[in-house]
Amino acid sequence: METKKKLISDAGVRTDGRRWNELRPIRMEVGQLKNADGSAYIEFGKNKIVAAVYGPKEVHPKHMVLPDRALIRCRYHMAPFSVDERKNPAPSRREIEISKVIREALEPALIAEDYPRAAIEIFVEVLQSDGGSRVAGITASSLALSDAGINMRDLVVGCSSGIVDGQVVLDLNDTEDKEGSGDMPVAFMPNLNQVTLLQVDGIYTPENFRKAFELAITGGRTVYEMQRKALLDKYFGSSPSETPMEAEE
Amino acid sequence: MSAVKKNYVVETLRKAQMVELLAKGKRVDGRSQDEMRALKIETRLIEKANGSAKVSLGNTQVIAGVKVATGTPFADTPDKGVLMVNAEVLPLASPYAEAGPPDENAIELARVVDRGVRESEMVDLSKLVLIAGKSVYTVFVDVNILNVDGNLFDATSYAVVSALRTAKIPKFEADGDKVTNTGKLMPLPVQKTPVSVTMARIGSVIVVDPTAEEEAVMDARITLTTDDDDNICAGQKGEPGTFTPAQVMEAAEKAIRKGRELRSVIKEASG
Repeated sequence: METKKKLISDAGVRTDGRRWNELRPIRMEVGQLKNADGSAYIEFGKNKIVAAVYGPKEVHPKHMVLPDRALIRCRYHMAPFSVDERKNPAPSRREIEISKVIREALEPALIAEDYPRAAIEIFVEVLQSDGGSRVAGITASSLALSDAGINMRDLVVGCSSGIVDGQVVLDLNDTEDKEGSGDMPVAFMPNLNQVTLLQVDGIYTPENFRKAFELAITGGRTVYEMQRKALLDKYFGSSPSETPMEAEE
Repeated sequence: MSAVKKNYVVETLRKAQMVELLAKGKRVDGRSQDEMRALKIETRLIEKANGSAKVSLGNTQVIAGVKVATGTPFADTPDKGVLMVNAEVLPLASPYAEAGPPDENAIELARVVDRGVRESEMVDLSKLVLIAGKSVYTVFVDVNILNVDGNLFDATSYAVVSALRTAKIPKFEADGDKVTNTGKLMPLPVQKTPVSVTMARIGSVIVVDPTAEEEAVMDARITLTTDDDDNICAGQKGEPGTFTPAQVMEAAEKAIRKGRELRSVIKEASG
């Protein structure tokens, strides 16, 4: 509203120097935590997130057991020092909601029927938050799940888009997330072409809604290539493609 | 829990039956894919609340109450009033509901409805400031779910919107750094009417306003909220299922179209 500072310059450059369709620098690494059955670390801009998977394991309490498939649990949590003002470490309503949507974004990819009566637990810890932490968390969790050897139909990759200064842009950073006028996190299974998470806030004309949604999918496909490479690096040394993955447009 | 019973055997059988019916363009209760259940909105029924509304959507019943006071603004929005939506599924609402603090389903419900109200800028929060950074109006909307029969998202959203539209709140005045109640009443600065439309994907068909029976077998859920200008201002996909990108666009189109119809109903009922 009114006299807000501009987040995109007249030349089309964003606060961190990117164009509208560019991702932030991304780095992923698989298998950092030795105790977990699977783990992954992701840096997505200034986001620093670690994801770990335990399972399949016994279900506690027993009455939660599902007779025909695994019980999937997910906890998304932000470290108290991950944001500008110290965050109370107790789970907030936001974190409870995000834990739920992350779980529901990953569950379609898991072949939970292969693990009846078992639990699979996914932990996402945001060490530093920079806008788009849920989608980066999903990308990392999906890597951790495959690192744990859980049977999956596809990887799940997350990417967000949004509206900044009236324009549809890819991958909002912290400032754009807080001061921009809309944020649309999307997660999907790239090979099956199925959307597993969609959240919308902000004001989107029908045309901008379509544009933002398609942009998030396009961005996600780029992230997917890096995600795939991170897995190949872990299990086959360096991956076949030798060009280093850059956050490209 | 979700207050909807999920039974694996019955669920599978029911789903097969529903998918078969849907292929013929029918639903179990005789509605078409894009048809809402009967919507009834009553407002101003709780005298002690500043605003209230009871919504029946088929057999789903919810009641929303608005309570307004003064308090300190959030640190990151010192020049805006505070508005918060809370929801609770009462233990009397379903044989499967349990007493206790809101679980993840109730939290998601409240946050999705809150997002629709907030992002559409339904209430002009900048007009609810008494002393910038120090004292603002705090608007709490609490929703009690009285009977669960599916689509709590829309019933809650319509109740919250109707209660806010009809609220008469105490007028406060700031004198220096003292805030006093003038004893007069005023309406909330309402500028938009957000309308949420919740849809369920069952097999390859997307139906609006799912009943509890349909929710028990649905693959995935999506809620999209539109404002008076057909903008989409909030959305949430739910449940561990998926949508194809084309289905997301189909849902957006339905949300806009149904939103227009419902907006006039809500506006009339809470005029």
